[in-house]
Formats: sequence, structure tokens, C-alpha cells
Amino acid sequence: MANAIWCVVEDDRKGMPKKVMAEVIGEAARLGGPAEAVWLTDTARDEGLKQLAGWGATKVWLLENAAFAPYRSEVWAAALAELATAQSPKAIFGPVTSRQREALARLAARLGVGISADSVAFSIEGEGLVATRPVYAGKLLSKVTWGKQPWVATLRPNVFRPAESQAGKTAAVERPSAKIANAQMKFIERREEVSTGLPELTEAEIVISGGRGMKGPENYVILEAMGKVIGAAVGASRAAVDAGWRPHRFQIGQTGRTISPKLYMGFGVSGAIQHLAGMRTSKVIVAVNKDPEAPIFKIADYGIVADLFEVVPALTEEFKRLLEK
Amino acid sequence: MKILVAIKQVPDTATQVKIGAGGKAIDPAGITWIVSPYDEFAVEEALRIKEKRGQGEVVAVCLGPDRAKEALRSCLAMGCDRGIHLNDPAWVAADTLTTARALAAVIKQEQPQLVLCGRQAIDDDMGAVTAQLAEVLGWPCAAWIMEESVDADAKSIRAARQMEGGLEVFDLPLPAVISAQKGLNEPRYPTLKGIMGAKKKEIKDLKAGDLGLPTEPPQLSVVALEALPPRPAGRVIPGDVPTAVKELVRALREEAKAI
Repeated sequence: MANAIWCVVEDDRKGMPKKVMAEVIGEAARLGGPAEAVWLTDTARDEGLKQLAGWGATKVWLLENAAFAPYRSEVWAAALAELATAQSPKAIFGPVTSRQREALARLAARLGVGISADSVAFSIEGEGLVATRPVYAGKLLSKVTWGKQPWVATLRPNVFRPAESQAGKTAAVERPSAKIANAQMKFIERREEVSTGLPELTEAEIVISGGRGMKGPENYVILEAMGKVIGAAVGASRAAVDAGWRPHRFQIGQTGRTISPKLYMGFGVSGAIQHLAGMRTSKVIVAVNKDPEAPIFKIADYGIVADLFEVVPALTEEFKRLLEK
Repeated sequence: MKILVAIKQVPDTATQVKIGAGGKAIDPAGITWIVSPYDEFAVEEALRIKEKRGQGEVVAVCLGPDRAKEALRSCLAMGCDRGIHLNDPAWVAADTLTTARALAAVIKQEQPQLVLCGRQAIDDDMGAVTAQLAEVLGWPCAAWIMEESVDADAKSIRAARQMEGGLEVFDLPLPAVISAQKGLNEPRYPTLKGIMGAKKKEIKDLKAGDLGLPTEPPQLSVVALEALPPRPAGRVIPGDVPTAVKELVRALREEAKAI
């Protein structure tokens, strides 16, 4: 049996894998697999295990232990390293998330292997794996390869083609005993952000972004109204965040979040290089700006040169009409 | 309290980068170099901890070629007490693990109680060194922190890290590694006095051999740098707002299939 490509599960902390795992498992299978899921959780639901199988995981390594929540990299890396040493997967993949960007880096150090973070493409070349990743504010692509297995990598969400979920598929569930490291970190509390009712910026398939042209924090309600109609996250440019109009966690671009949605729509965003660094791998880019010279028009697929305060309400109505059909 | 800040020198975001001869690295000609912006948040936070406690030492460490000394000078001008420059041709193609091992070796010599890094360097955007450094040292770490406070005895640090949907607060026993990001603070600008004073502060040069480190090939290596594939040409939709909006929605649905 060929050595597997592991897909470390990102879940909703309530027992269900997030849908980004369809992309990770899909890519692992495309590279020849076998794609196996590794799930570290305090509680896994049966539907979650079925979902992983439906996406094509041939096996699920389920490490269920109260020590895995809340997440601590020291605990995750120790358990993953022990299992990896015993099972010798050829690769260990996970989506770019707060937990995994840290846990997989720590794991790679523990195993003494390389890590390619925020990868956007892979190819098997000869006996090795080559990953492609954006560098220098997304101005260039870097192709990297590993000295030895396992090849550890994180995958940028929304870039890889997701596996289609197929009902009726099954996966063997292995429940190995996990090495639980003594955590040095002591959990104090989790402070939930006030939910906007809109998707998380880094996970959303559609992102709406407001820049300096929004004129003030009070005007973001019109973008949120559009977001509710089309199920989009609402972000902001650095200029808007630095002006104090939006919290830092909504900033798109360098010194903020990197996103790669199916559809990005910028309103009153000029398209400074710092902003482009965080959104240029979006599949379709729409720009609305009064200034026809705004740099964002250079990378936009569709542009409208007009006042966003006229365009946004009209566009929201038009989306409503389309989606109510 | 002794604090160590690991920094990196990177091209200014606005600088044009070109692929250099050999195809694996950028052409250094004409590049403006800066301290990676996230590292400035780390330096600022370290200085604030020291100022709040009224005593201590902040040491800036940078792995990089000769030019990286300028980045260390910038940190000294901000207020760091001294610098350590990890400068060895053996590190030219260093990956994150090699970097983490080199930093860990310095940390074992210096024995700081706290290590701060930026959440990622904006050149290769790998964002792995903080966690790998913690692993090599066997220390706890908290990444992407938005606030912190060190307890009175300098025995532990309370840090709030940014996760999807909220902040998670932990107590980490010291020594520990934390990574800084935007929102943690506003980095200060060096004063003229700071800039003048920085010239007199010590920067120690260290090579791999000084740290007892073997020179090994990196575990992750660059095969090639490539230009971005060109995006298909876009179009500006003409007409008054109602007409343009209708056409945009039609195009998003029928051409782009994006909605």
C-alpha cells in the first residue's frame, strides 16, 4: 500500500469538518492519494466522519481527546508527530487556518522536515512534490520542494478544486491511542466576536470590500446589506482600517488577511499594492471606483467607474431580483 | 527582564522585484530594504514591556547578509539595547527550520525570558519561524497576538491570540515565544536622538560555527521563481449606473458564473 497523503481536519469545534476540507482531500486525491483524514478533536460527530468519507478520505485517523480543545500547538504537534512517525505518510496537508498554520509548522520542526505554507498549487515531479506559493506581496510565485518526506504543507482556501461529496462512500475509522503532551499553556477564556451573521473573511466564497471611498464607518451597513443578500463576507482596505472605520480583523491585504474568493468586489478601493497582495488570487474581481485611474482597474475583470453610493444600492437590488428568481 | 526580538530585513512592499540570474532569488539591484512590518510590532511591544517594568534589556536578532545590519540599526534606533547579526554564507538559502535552529542556538546563549517575532515576514510570507522556534526550544507559543501582559514576577505572560471568530486568552509560563501582528500596538518612529545613539550600540556578528551549528542543506528549497501568469484583460462597463449594474450582474451570472 502506497504511503498516504494526510489531510489534517479543520473543524467547526462542534464535531463537523469545515468545507475547506473538501479542497484539501480533493487535492490529495488528485495527487494520487490515498487521501486519509487525521482528525484531532475533543468531540467528533458520526456525520462528520461520514462527510470526510463522502469527500473521498479512504481512512480517518480519529484522535478524540479532551486535551485537543482548546487548541494548543504543543499538544497537536506532539500527537501528530507520534502518529506520523508510526505511519510514515508521504505528505501532511492542512488548510491555512489559525490553528494549522501554527500546528503544522511546529510539526515540521519536530519531524525535521520542510513546510510550504500557503501553497496554491502542487505537482508531482519525478519522485518529489513541488509546491507553488505566492511571495513578495504576491508579485512572484515561488516553486519549492522538500529534502525528504513527509512533505508538510498548508493550502490556501478557495484555490483548490473541492472534491464533490458522494453519499454512501465509507472510510475505515482508526482510533489510535494518542500521545498527549503536558500542555504548558493554560486556557483562560475565549472572547467571541460579535457575529455579523456573515461568513468569515478567509472562508467566504464571495467577499465585498470597502476602501477609503466609503467615507466613514457608518456607511459599511450598505455593504453588509449586500453581503446578506449574496452570502458574502465584508472586508476593508488598510486605509479604511487605519482610519479606524473597521476592526483590524477585517483588513484585506498585507498586514491583514489573505483571501482568494470566487468573487471579490471592491467599492471605493484604490488597489494599493498592499491590498492587491491579499486578494490578487481571487477568481473574479469587480472594481467600483469614481477614479478611472485607480490601480485596481488594472487587475479587475469588471469595472464600473461611478459613485459607489449609487452603485451599491442598485447592485443589491439587482442581486435580490436575480436570486429571488 | 531580558527580551529577544527576532527580525527580518525584507524588500519594501512598494519596491519592484525582478527575478535574478539563476532564477531562484530576486535581483537585489535597486531594492529598498526595510524591517518587515510585523517585526516592528514585535520590537514595539518588547520596548513597551521593558518601559512598563522600568528595567530590562531588549536584544534584536537578525539572520541575513551584510545589508541586514541596517535593519538591526533601525531596531536599535527604535530603542533596542543591542543587536546580534547572524551572518554566514551558509545561511543564504536558509529555510524556516534552519532559521529557527539558528535563533534557538542564540536564545540558548542569551537566555531571554521572552522571545517576540512578527507573525510572518512579508518577503516569503511563510509564517512558520515562531512555531518552529518554540518547538526547537520546547517552549509554549502563542501566534498572532492582539494583547499581552507579563505578570509582576515575570513568571508568565497572558496573551490573547486571534482565531477565527474570536480571541483566545492563555497564560504561558515564561520563557515563551509570541508573535506580534497589526492591532497589537502602533510602532514608534525612531527619534533623531535614537538614530544617533544607535550608531554607538553594539551589534555582534555570529556565524554558524560560533553557535556550534552544523551546516546542513535546507529541508525546503526553492526550485524556481516565476512571474505571475497574466490575468485575462478586464473591461470597464459603460453606461449610466442602472444600465451598468444590470450588465454587471448579467456578466457575473452568465460569463463569470460567479454568482
